[in-house]
Amino acid sequence: MVKQTEVTGHDAVVDARNTFCPMPVIQAFQAIKTLSAGKVLKVLATDPGSKADFPAWAESTGNHLLRHEEKDGTFTYWIQKA
Amino acid sequence: MVETLEKLSIDLEEFNRLHAEAHKETGPKRLAIVASKGSLDMVYPPLILATTAVSMGWECGVFFTFYGLDALNKKKFKNLKVSPVGNPAMPAPLEGIPVQVPNIIGAIPGMTSLATIFMKSWMNKASLPSVEQFLNMSNEMGVKLIACSTTMGVMKVKKEDLLPFAEIQGAAAFLHFASKATVTLFI
Repeated sequence: MVKQTEVTGHDAVVDARNTFCPMPVIQAFQAIKTLSAGKVLKVLATDPGSKADFPAWAESTGNHLLRHEEKDGTFTYWIQKA
Repeated sequence: MVETLEKLSIDLEEFNRLHAEAHKETGPKRLAIVASKGSLDMVYPPLILATTAVSMGWECGVFFTFYGLDALNKKKFKNLKVSPVGNPAMPAPLEGIPVQVPNIIGAIPGMTSLATIFMKSWMNKASLPSVEQFLNMSNEMGVKLIACSTTMGVMKVKKEDLLPFAEIQGAAAFLHFASKATVTLFI
């Protein structure tokens, strides 16, 4: 399980709701490329697979998954660029 | 006795050092895929996995061979089809009516096109990119899209028939690439 960190804000948002794998991860990849290290990307997704995908993606890329929330079928992830 | 144990412990340390060195991760992970099918439904998995791998910081190459080569063929990649015949997994065409198309109906001319139209509309509703969008995205992300030279010879496909970013290779080049892969898949 991902450690939940308090997040104060974010520097960019990706809305990947109503898309399925691989789009949430691909969109996050494209958005995080434009950020500098330490910046935070917020990702919204509805694909239930994203719950497993984002921790794996973060571990693979070295980016930090700071926090995730689930509310009314929407998953929100806060990822800090390494 | 003590001397022997000391020597053993030194040997073990040396072994551990060499073992760690041999298994040290050098460079990024690598995914090597053989894409051997040319139907609409079977072209998606390699492209989905390839783009995902690159998004995870991996290197990736997809070797399009036999019918799979249609995905890199300019004249064909927009018209890949899904066949309703001999495909028990084909969903029922009408939402809410769980009646599948019988094979004998599926064999009537035009039914493959119809099945393809349905499949494309489902993919569209799920916001899944088209094959064309996926290929362009793969190329822009740095996936090596490799055309099998033997297939080109057998199917009379010329270099000009292929998408401009396709690399032409034979089995030896692909195996060389795949021999350094962390994950290899045949689809």
